[in-house]
Amino acid sequence: MSADTAALPAAPRPRAAALRRLTLTELTLFMRERVGIIWAIGFPLVLLIIFGNIPGFRKPVSPAAPRVSFLDSYVPILLAFVLAMIALNVLPPVLAGYREQGVLRRLSATPVGAVRVLAAQLIVDAGMTAVTMIALLVVARLAFSVAFPRQPAEFALAVVLGALALLSLGLMLASVLPTSRGANAAGAILFFPMMFFAGLWLPIAAMPAALRHVSQATPLGAAVQAMTDAWQGHWHPLYLLILAGYALAFAVAAARLFRWE
Amino acid sequence: MTTAIEVQGLTKQYAGATVVRDVSFMVEHGEIFGIIGPNGAGKSTTVECIEGLRKPDAGHISVLGLNPGRDRDELRERVGVQLQDAELPARLRVGEALRLYSSFYAAPADWRTLMETLGLTGKQKTQFGKLSGGQRQRLSIALALVGRPEVVVLDELTTGLDPQARRDTWALIEGVRDRGTTIVLVTHFMEEAERLCDRIAVFDSGRIVALDTPAALAAGADAGADQRIRFRPDRPLEEAELLALPEVRGVERRGDQVTVTGTGAMLNAVTTLLARRGIVARQLRVDQASLEDAFIALTGRRHDEKTTHTQEKSDVR
Repeated sequence: MSADTAALPAAPRPRAAALRRLTLTELTLFMRERVGIIWAIGFPLVLLIIFGNIPGFRKPVSPAAPRVSFLDSYVPILLAFVLAMIALNVLPPVLAGYREQGVLRRLSATPVGAVRVLAAQLIVDAGMTAVTMIALLVVARLAFSVAFPRQPAEFALAVVLGALALLSLGLMLASVLPTSRGANAAGAILFFPMMFFAGLWLPIAAMPAALRHVSQATPLGAAVQAMTDAWQGHWHPLYLLILAGYALAFAVAAARLFRWE
Repeated sequence: MTTAIEVQGLTKQYAGATVVRDVSFMVEHGEIFGIIGPNGAGKSTTVECIEGLRKPDAGHISVLGLNPGRDRDELRERVGVQLQDAELPARLRVGEALRLYSSFYAAPADWRTLMETLGLTGKQKTQFGKLSGGQRQRLSIALALVGRPEVVVLDELTTGLDPQARRDTWALIEGVRDRGTTIVLVTHFMEEAERLCDRIAVFDSGRIVALDTPAALAAGADAGADQRIRFRPDRPLEEAELLALPEVRGVERRGDQVTVTGTGAMLNAVTTLLARRGIVARQLRVDQASLEDAFIALTGRRHDEKTTHTQEKSDVR
């Protein structure tokens, strides 16, 4: 057997097949980890339903914009919640756990390669983010008559850049932290301040000017601002540039810092 | 036979400490090459350099004519590995793991057949986290073989297995070798090395202190070391008569049991004497030099997985 295969020229490798199988396997594992699903999908939906049933949330944010209710302004924040949840609380512990258990070490001894391993992880997390966001938008529209974004293309761009920035940040955490517990802790420590700046407790528009500027410079705050602007029909390229900058910086750092073990 | 693996002057340091120094050896195609040694002797580091997982600080390695550092991709296609301390995701099922790993290779083995060969078919839907130690070990061997490698490197093949599972695994490895695969085996178990390996390299403190067939290594230890026999004579026996034999160095008596120590052909001399006196030696035990003794003689320390190699015979005249 070995003598025959040694004489053969290297056959074209089934690269696409390996990535497809790896992605399907990661998706299966994600679905099997039910806590992850409920956490990622369920919680923002529950928040939407609670907020939607509070009568005060149906009122306009300000007399100046009578058609924008509190609930309308909260939808981008809930979308950011989904992003941050998956990027900070789902992705890093999974990858860091793989490193801790030697799953990555074992993979590094196969022809599959780091790029495919990370790509499969990102595809699953991005897909999960997209599904959750669409579910949120559909429920917001059908159950609570929240308007769809006025500038859909700009909104989609804001979502994609926001997802890239956040997932790259998660990837960077996963590249540095050696254990699943450490990654969990780091994710949680980052999650709450970032959600504060995203306006979960105090909407960005209601923040004092200084705080608002800081918020808009954070990855999640910029994402919420970009989504909100596109939603209300007056998008601003600055926030998209901030998001693109974060995405690039975190992705480069993640690639530089990545370790199999 | 041609050379499958060639290691020349391999040296590797971690944080200033040299863990492997100037190690050289060759592995022929189709042989089972054993690497034994105490913990921290540099065994795993050496095979990790062969696998391309670590970069040597000095020296040259060639595996199937490939350079593990430069030809990473092709090496990984043709070399299968079983690693220490490597796991799979706890919720991944046996069948899924095999199917996944088979997708990584250009010309993989049929993973269902492999699952059957390793006796894992009944466990196809069992999650990795719920497998027993033996089943995990068999799965890791299956994953090492799924790419139909020409060289397989197995690190701590049967650690954590019960004796029956260990013997089954040995039979499996012999089967793999019989199909022409070259095997490098890092092991803690002398019995395993003795049974499976064509040649063994004994590592100590980052160097190879001996490299030979198991039989030759044991024979080398036999020539120098003390031998010991114990028996219960059925009639009184004069100690002086035993001590008069040139091969005998000491005699010890505890109750009616006599222990004789000496060198060379001592056993032959003692049994001849007993036969001449018409004395029957009951419960005769001969402590023979084994690979274990060779190991202790070479490395100056006991192996941490000590097993006794005592041959028992009774009523030898």
